[in-house]
Amino acid sequence: MSVLPELGGSPRPTPPAFFEMNGVGKSFGPTESATEVLRGVNLEIREGEFVAIVGFSGSGKSTLVALMAGLLDPDQGSLRILGEPVTGPGPDRGVVFQNYSLLPWLTVRENVLLAVDQVFPKKSAVERADHAEHYIEMVNLTAALEKRPDELSGGMRQRVAVARGLAIEPRILLMDEPLGALDALTRGTLQVEIERIWARDKKTVVLVTNSVDEAVLLADRIVPLKPGPRASLGPSFPVDLPRPRDRKALNGSVTFQRTRNEVTQYLIEMQSRSTPAMSALGRSLPDLEPADLRPPRASFRS
Amino acid sequence: MSRKARVIHGCEVAGLDVFVPVVRLLSGEEPSRQIAEFGRSVGIPLLALGVFLLVWAGVASQIETSIGRVPGPAAVWEQGKALVGDHYAERTKEAQFYERMEGLKEKYAEEGRPWKDRRYSGKPTFLDQVGTSLATVFAGFVIASVVAVPIGILCGLSPTFYAAMNPLIQIFKPVSPLAWLPIVMIMVSALYTAENPFFEKSFISSAVTVALCSLWPTLINTAVGVASVEKDHLNVARVLQLSRFSTVRKIVIPSALPFIFTGLRLSLGVGWMVLIAAEMLAQNPGLGKFVWDMFQNGSSQTLAQIMVAVFTIGIIGSLLDRMMITLQNAVSYDVRSS
Repeated sequence: MSVLPELGGSPRPTPPAFFEMNGVGKSFGPTESATEVLRGVNLEIREGEFVAIVGFSGSGKSTLVALMAGLLDPDQGSLRILGEPVTGPGPDRGVVFQNYSLLPWLTVRENVLLAVDQVFPKKSAVERADHAEHYIEMVNLTAALEKRPDELSGGMRQRVAVARGLAIEPRILLMDEPLGALDALTRGTLQVEIERIWARDKKTVVLVTNSVDEAVLLADRIVPLKPGPRASLGPSFPVDLPRPRDRKALNGSVTFQRTRNEVTQYLIEMQSRSTPAMSALGRSLPDLEPADLRPPRASFRS
Repeated sequence: MSRKARVIHGCEVAGLDVFVPVVRLLSGEEPSRQIAEFGRSVGIPLLALGVFLLVWAGVASQIETSIGRVPGPAAVWEQGKALVGDHYAERTKEAQFYERMEGLKEKYAEEGRPWKDRRYSGKPTFLDQVGTSLATVFAGFVIASVVAVPIGILCGLSPTFYAAMNPLIQIFKPVSPLAWLPIVMIMVSALYTAENPFFEKSFISSAVTVALCSLWPTLINTAVGVASVEKDHLNVARVLQLSRFSTVRKIVIPSALPFIFTGLRLSLGVGWMVLIAAEMLAQNPGLGKFVWDMFQNGSSQTLAQIMVAVFTIGIIGSLLDRMMITLQNAVSYDVRSS
């Protein structure tokens, strides 16, 4: 796999980045009328770093996550993890999907075990069960071990998804708007929990979100995604706040407010700049996978 | 879950929703509302049934046929009891016959004469015919399921395979059992040539005909269920790098199960309907043959006997459906809760 030359052309320092994206682009649709969602995306992530990617709805966030996870192949550019090219999805990159993606016919325990069994086939059954339970405990769901997703609230389902994502012990945990579908209160609780788990594990995390506040609260570094089409990543905004971060205390913090304002300002500026292009296109851009809100299809009668 | 909630959930899964208000009533929950609810779910159907019986009785007494007056509900009920009575009378006779044979056998042994076992040769009773029909429909249903589920899964997984199967499905799906039956009977005669067959040839032909007609709903529903597996669930499998086989086994089939069971339920219904026609035409033992024999009989009892058969067929059919609904509820999950 060849690496496209960097725009700047200067050679990189030798040790490979933990995770890197070079000139990644992705289009959808038939060639003649393809919609270019991402173009020239460059990103480098250090080990143990908590990176938040912030963008408006429809800016290509989910496409970006799918590319990082390997669920989509880039049209241009390359992705590397520890210098190895990413050629497809794998358990080294855990994904917490936007709509949880729990298997509705399995209990909480079984959902996590499915992942653990697959990724740690060498462990004994007892070890795997302990392993799964450990992560379920980490997200405070031990009481719901034997419940099925339809018996859980949205916040609880998302915790199961987080437990499943962590239980496979990925090198990177990719979270695609994990809290997007939750109410503000649950969101706040889960944010605290995500930070707590991250502080304990020091896992490399990429959090994709549309909330600047959430990004500032959780991340070491915020990377804005410029609005699409042809979205690319903007400059990094380091978040220089001590951990653990307390939500209430932060509200009064000057650094918090400054960082939040800088990122918001940048996004709004980019948005207004790209608006003409969007209207010229004459249609709004679809997100990668629109959630299917139709009622479940009725069975086929013959 | 409280005990009450569990009982109610059990009622719902078993398809006995009718009793949910009773459970609630017994636990003293909103008595007036539960009584109204129970009245609607039990009282109204009973009332409608009563009206039907009255109309039937009224109309029947007005119609004179070549073999007597059309029987009303009471006559049919009597006939039903008579048919069941015949069954037990026949069983008693059978038991007496074997008793006699035992006695004879001992006598022969004492006298040193050779003994050959003889089987009772009484004709099958109505209940025997019901038993045969049930055995046949289940045999046909099992054959249909064993064929249809795997093919349906392949169709759902591979659009190419589906494209290959589609014309065959479209052509053979609408074929009536009456058209299949002669072919099946000839094929069974040609191919099933065991010396001492465990199954009667007629049993095999009926079962195969049932299978041929009833496999389509299962096949199509399975294909649709497999093809409509949530993409997100497949993505989970991809991230975990499940093998193709594991993906099918752990993700695709469980997620398609509600569809598969809907198909099985439709198939069993079709199979039961087809079976009666097949038995009638092929003179295979079973309810269909019973109806045909009674028709040929042309006695004053004929109409009442056939009506007993009609009700039996209907009641068994709806019980089979109920059974499948229960199974379907047991495997279904809330689709929106993924």
